[in-house]
Amino acid sequence: MTKMVGSSVKRKEDARLLTGNGNFADDITLPGMLHASVVRSSSAHAKIKSIKVEEALNHPGVVAVYTGKDLEGKIGPIPTSWYVPGCNLKEPPQYPLAIDHVRYVGDGVALVIAEDRYTVKDAAELIEVEYEDLPAVVNQKEAMEEGAPLLHEDIENNIALNWKAGEIPEGIMENAEVVVKESFYVQRVFPSPLETRAAIGQYNPGSGELTLWCSSQNPHIHRMVLSEVLGISEAKFQVIAPDMGGGFGGKIGVYPDEALIGYAARDLERPVKWIEERSEHYVAANAGRDEYIDVELAGKKDGTLEAIRVKNTANLGAYLSTMGAGVSTIDFGMMVTGSYDIPYAESETFGVYTNTTPTDAYRGAGKPESTYQIERIIDLFAREIKMDPVELRRKNFIKKEAFPYQNAHGLVYDSGDYEKPLNKALEAINYEELRREQEKKRKEGKLIGIGFSTYVEMCGFGPSEVVGAVGFQGGTWENSTVRVHPSGKVTVFCGTSPHGQGHDTTFSQVVADKLGIPIEDIEFVFSDTKSVSMGWGTYGSRSTAVGGAAVSFASDRVVEKAKKIAAHELEVSENDIEFENGKFQVKGVPGKERTFQDIAHSANMAWNLPEGMEPSLEAQYFFKPENFVFPFGTHVAVVEIDKDTGEIDLQRYVSVDDVGTVINPLTAEGQVHGGIAQGVGQALWEGAVYNKNGQLVSGTLMDYTLPKARFFPHIESDFTETPSPVNPLGAKGVGEVGTTASIACAMNAVVDALSVYGITDLEMPLTPEKIWKTVQEKEGNQ
Amino acid sequence: MIPVTFDYVRAKNVDQAIQQLKDSKGEGKILAGGHSLLPLMKMRLTEPQMLIDITGIDALKEVKKDGDRLIVGALNTHREVSIHPEIKEHIPLVAETARQIGDIQIRNKGTIGGNIAHADSAADLPAAAFVLNAEVLITNEFGEQSMDIDSFIIGPLITMMPEDSIVTGISFEIPPAHTESTYLKYFHPASGYPVVGVAVVAGTDSNGVIDYVRVGITGAGDVAFRATSVEEALIGKTPSEAVIKAASKSAAEDGEMGSDLFASEEYRENLCKVYTERALTSVLL
Repeated sequence: MTKMVGSSVKRKEDARLLTGNGNFADDITLPGMLHASVVRSSSAHAKIKSIKVEEALNHPGVVAVYTGKDLEGKIGPIPTSWYVPGCNLKEPPQYPLAIDHVRYVGDGVALVIAEDRYTVKDAAELIEVEYEDLPAVVNQKEAMEEGAPLLHEDIENNIALNWKAGEIPEGIMENAEVVVKESFYVQRVFPSPLETRAAIGQYNPGSGELTLWCSSQNPHIHRMVLSEVLGISEAKFQVIAPDMGGGFGGKIGVYPDEALIGYAARDLERPVKWIEERSEHYVAANAGRDEYIDVELAGKKDGTLEAIRVKNTANLGAYLSTMGAGVSTIDFGMMVTGSYDIPYAESETFGVYTNTTPTDAYRGAGKPESTYQIERIIDLFAREIKMDPVELRRKNFIKKEAFPYQNAHGLVYDSGDYEKPLNKALEAINYEELRREQEKKRKEGKLIGIGFSTYVEMCGFGPSEVVGAVGFQGGTWENSTVRVHPSGKVTVFCGTSPHGQGHDTTFSQVVADKLGIPIEDIEFVFSDTKSVSMGWGTYGSRSTAVGGAAVSFASDRVVEKAKKIAAHELEVSENDIEFENGKFQVKGVPGKERTFQDIAHSANMAWNLPEGMEPSLEAQYFFKPENFVFPFGTHVAVVEIDKDTGEIDLQRYVSVDDVGTVINPLTAEGQVHGGIAQGVGQALWEGAVYNKNGQLVSGTLMDYTLPKARFFPHIESDFTETPSPVNPLGAKGVGEVGTTASIACAMNAVVDALSVYGITDLEMPLTPEKIWKTVQEKEGNQ
Repeated sequence: MIPVTFDYVRAKNVDQAIQQLKDSKGEGKILAGGHSLLPLMKMRLTEPQMLIDITGIDALKEVKKDGDRLIVGALNTHREVSIHPEIKEHIPLVAETARQIGDIQIRNKGTIGGNIAHADSAADLPAAAFVLNAEVLITNEFGEQSMDIDSFIIGPLITMMPEDSIVTGISFEIPPAHTESTYLKYFHPASGYPVVGVAVVAGTDSNGVIDYVRVGITGAGDVAFRATSVEEALIGKTPSEAVIKAASKSAAEDGEMGSDLFASEEYRENLCKVYTERALTSVLL
């Protein structure tokens, strides 16, 4: 039997999804179902003077209207789930509907419920809210200044947190031969899943049970948090994430809207459905990034790096989102040294409230930003000391022999061989020849740039003790049950919650190898709190490294028990049985065997089991990893800039990633490609823009540029495999590497092209106009 | 993204559609491809009470030659326009433009008549329509009439369309046989609309002197325009890099530049020049 792990198995779920047979939230229709619409603040900062609901209430088909005042005392504020310690964290209450004060355009003001989706929208327009506008502040640096408008009266200077890690001993920076400084802005972007958010609530007044279908990356976290908000026992509350059109971090958060739908379904004793509109999504769903990053990198003229000092000023938006405090602190700050052996590091973060939609995790969550600053500043350092950027990177790489390696902030990188993907990437682009070509073209007046990103990132969340110590309100271990039916067909229950990643396929490959059965015989149950006892969901590239490991261990337990039954039936000792290709065979006696299916039947019938053995064939495993995993790699981009228009032609993009053992090269490559699109998207095209009054001016897809397939050359992706010792699969994470690496990579390429003008930085996104103006200015000066 | 309630009827022929428009008392809208209308309705920027679906009227799909003009029926989709043999033969500029509109789904649904009637001045077609002296064919209860494109489109989304009328076709002038044409477009990366789109038809006489040149520019401002200054600078000259470069410098002079999040007036002005120069170069050199 061919080994499944490592082969490019086509996605099992695609036929169903591509033929319209998926079951997305919007496909769910329940008898008597009502529809909801949230009236949202049109003002970025205001006191609510009055809300007139009568006209909406009198509109035919309207069943209920709720305002913040109506819900006071009935439904709690939405808490954050990440209380980062030691940073003086201030969490203002976020009520499901604003009571008398709105703080961003999109803040919920009223909930309207009606018989159908059209009526509810008509009625929502009839609600009149009178605002008394207050001064707004949208930029985090301005929000910190004395005299800036305060969002929350008792939070001084709008500062939500001030976090620090590490200390550079005195004299190191001051006496360094070379110190390179730069300030970067990693702009606000939208995760933009194809499916917007959604929630459907159904309450059973007889049993008191509430069911919430919710487009969530982590239904168990939703159940845990919302049971508290709604005041309902977890035992009477089922959260189900149906098929989802992506999340990218934007569906980790527990949102006010989801609490409202659960509340309304219970209050009205009828099912209630809410599907977020696309234009609503951009003001009401959490955004990503929005961080000013100041960096100082110190070292010697020979290229030895000695210390790095980083300050991040992060825009948290108007309230503290589910993971809002952790992204710009722990996720960002602990990784500032990147893939380099830099002995000293100092990280500081200010998290600031502003009159904007809250920010939260977005693909990579802190790590793309951290990679951005180190990969950008190392290029500038190389330029300063006139060293090739590849040579400087290689010189400072953490050496293969140094793993497990403890970085300056104390994180222990599990395994690595950073030269391997670098060498493979250099070979793929024929580096020396490419530089010669660049020189030649430069002489012809052309602007050619080559950019690198030799990143490492932290994922596979994570060791429970560590995440607990940094204040995360979750366990981040994983759970899997492998249930073998009498026929030998298998159902696997998992606590991770796929929403596009293809775990039906990749986890099947793991189980198929373990149990020796075809992948067609394996079905999965994810994303349902009633079927899956517990789990922590899908984010932080954790599903395979943690969830996949639980699946692997649970499968082992099944085999262990099955082996005992086989030995009993074949009347030999367990040691005489070997299990291969789905057969339990007596060693050295061909033909004396039982198939996996035979044993599945025996175990379930229990007619003849070993003495004292429990019937059935089913095993559960709770896997608590001892560490995070740290994938790494090298990305290279080649660009040419059109001087006349400033247009950037991305000519080549090469990625060589090491994500440990690759379960499925095809889906892994898909993950890398998507990640690169989102990272390059941030560098070149995407950018959420607010005006001074806090109005979002990039609120539609006519203005906000999502990258399209035709913007990219064929992405040349490859892998090296350095297994992780943290889990039995040797797998790291692949979901976020593309984004983590590629923002810096694309920027480095463009800055390299413009280095002929002495350019060291430009603000993202690199719109053609920005480039054109720069070229005009510099050419004019020459 | 949810429209208000509306009624829907299908029209069997043009007369019936006109009657249905009249019956709606100004509250009806013609539905063809729906690719301009439906987004506006979903955003509640327009709230018609009645949609009159004309997609079943086969007569509006006709393409026919009429002297020195080619008449393209209003219901031809952008895709159909881009591959139609007669359109490709006589007015290849229109086929080339249609091929660059939006994306595949839009081209498969959106129609040439709808595009012009909607008068989105940032759209692709107006550039070709301006250089080919297009006339919009309009029918109402009083009969048929035609209107020059520049008197039909008077502003963004504003036309001189008489009440209770429908656009039945667009008539394009067939340019002289010795000319060549191109449409060069700078795509807005988000919307796919032209930030600047330049349509050129030009040719030289037997002495190699430019005897015919028309330049139309769309997307750069509120309305498309003919870059007559460029045309004047070229006519009677022998084409060369220098001649084209010099003429293209005035590409933005005959229109007003717009500005948005993506491109300022100054940048659009530059794009007009660069894209005009490139379009002229590809046709004349």
